[in-house]
Amino acid sequence: MSNKKSIVDIATVNKIARLARLNIPESSKENLTNELNNILSFVAQLDEVETSNIEPLASVTGHKLPLRNDEVTDGNIEELILQNAPEKSSGFFVVPKVIE
Amino acid sequence: MSDLLKFDLLQASKAIKNKEFSSVELTNAYIEAIENTSSLGAYLEIVKDHALNMAKISDKNISDGVSRPLEGLPIGVKDMFCTKGIKTTASSKILDNFYPTYESTVTQNLWDDGAVMLGKLSCDEFAMGSSNETAAKGNVKNPWLLCKEVSPGGSSGGSAAAVASRSALAATGTDTGGSIRQPAAFCGITGLKPTYGRCSRWGIVAFSSSLDQAGPLTRTVGDAALMLNSMAGYDNKDSTSANLKMPNLMDYLDKGVKGKKIGIPKEYTQDGISDDIVKFYDTSISWLKDAGAEIIPVSLPHSKYALPVYYIIAPAEASSNLARYDGVRYGVRKEGKNLDDMYELTRGNGFGEEVKRRIMIGTYVLSSGYYDAYYLKAQKVRRLIKQDFDNVFEKVDFILTPSTPTTAFALGEKLDPLTMYLNDIFTVPASLAGLPGISLPVGLDKSGLPIGMQLIAKAFDEVGLISTAQVLEKSAGFNFIADGAAK
Repeated sequence: MSNKKSIVDIATVNKIARLARLNIPESSKENLTNELNNILSFVAQLDEVETSNIEPLASVTGHKLPLRNDEVTDGNIEELILQNAPEKSSGFFVVPKVIE
Repeated sequence: MSDLLKFDLLQASKAIKNKEFSSVELTNAYIEAIENTSSLGAYLEIVKDHALNMAKISDKNISDGVSRPLEGLPIGVKDMFCTKGIKTTASSKILDNFYPTYESTVTQNLWDDGAVMLGKLSCDEFAMGSSNETAAKGNVKNPWLLCKEVSPGGSSGGSAAAVASRSALAATGTDTGGSIRQPAAFCGITGLKPTYGRCSRWGIVAFSSSLDQAGPLTRTVGDAALMLNSMAGYDNKDSTSANLKMPNLMDYLDKGVKGKKIGIPKEYTQDGISDDIVKFYDTSISWLKDAGAEIIPVSLPHSKYALPVYYIIAPAEASSNLARYDGVRYGVRKEGKNLDDMYELTRGNGFGEEVKRRIMIGTYVLSSGYYDAYYLKAQKVRRLIKQDFDNVFEKVDFILTPSTPTTAFALGEKLDPLTMYLNDIFTVPASLAGLPGISLPVGLDKSGLPIGMQLIAKAFDEVGLISTAQVLEKSAGFNFIADGAAK
């Protein structure tokens, strides 16, 4: 699996930043690239551990996700939902224009 | 120093009920203490009028002969908990204008039980950090060795500094990889991380959902029990909340440790741990032995992999949780040329460096082609770490370890992210396994900084954790007060 891992370069940083919708200033990209490589090489020590017959552990609780009836439990709180919006109009969130 | 500040939570509770002093008097003493210790930077928001109104209601209840478990006791709240109508920022610039329209379950439980809210406490941004230095509003100072400007630890650094400086009688914290236990250790107080699922996560700003857990920071182990009694409980608004009644912890205080088996993991005494901590670790082992516990050497062979697992899983979950900060529904927006540009500028400008680093790592390890090699691999090793604990807990009742490899470091000392991460080496394994852990102060190192020991228990054995920790507490007799405490 090690061959799946590569060293992160600035092009990768650009790609990841785009996926994460993070604006990274040009001046800090080199430093960030180095830091990410340091962290990734630190976590790469997991390669030493034999895990071929081990199931991944996503939750420690061991219980099944509880289900409830599909019923309306609240609502009519439009004002509360919009209260913290940076921009709102006529009961809607406002975003920059997306259709030309 | 106001005489009222010397009472711990349990003592103050008793005194208020006996009408030795009122909640308003006590609350005023704490408001004054907050002002006296403001140079520490522990509080982000102080809600004086709100606190005094709550205190008046408590005083009326007491004069009417009604009294709830935390009646009239003034506490602080980590800024990770949403508090209705009171600014909640998670110490981030991106939430600088956020006023929740709802209350977190844990804080609601505390108010329902009569606690008085003093204000919101600083923490590392989105609880990502081990020094409180990633907070948007700046560092918090540890009240110990004030002139040396040492870190209070993190991420619940404001909570720990407030309790240690006697500017809050107790505080809430959250712990993802050690964020309650490590700052408690650095500030010479008690910090308890309950079993994953004990406290509802509803209304707590999400960082790493499979690890985040709320808990108390207090002066004593008994105080932690009193706080946790109110904070814990099943909540159908959190799908991982444990539907399991916690026994009333107050019924289990001072039960001793006779006949209990304490495991000492050989992996927790490696290089890099300070001599003073090793010395107090050995002393703590003898204290437990003298109190009638059986000491058993054990092994947790995958311990060294806990940090690498954590620094894949926590950033992965964080990158997903923090996707919600889009500048549309809440938070600070930065305008851009189009929608994507607005997202990128909002997030690039609103998040601090450590948060961005973790989002980048998290996005990378979850991205196509790397998911199996990093994320899935980490989840597999996480199972091995949990199995280590399962095996050991077949032989012992509790595990004793130091809380941290060193005492508090100077602010600005650990500039490299990786060096900072290594500080959580003793607290992360129990987090990954979802187990309850407590840190309590046992002594001071040569320079006069507090040393914390950690006890880890089986899942949902908070009862045993409390009574065992009380044995250590009594033996250690730690009664030092920080030089930067309220005067």
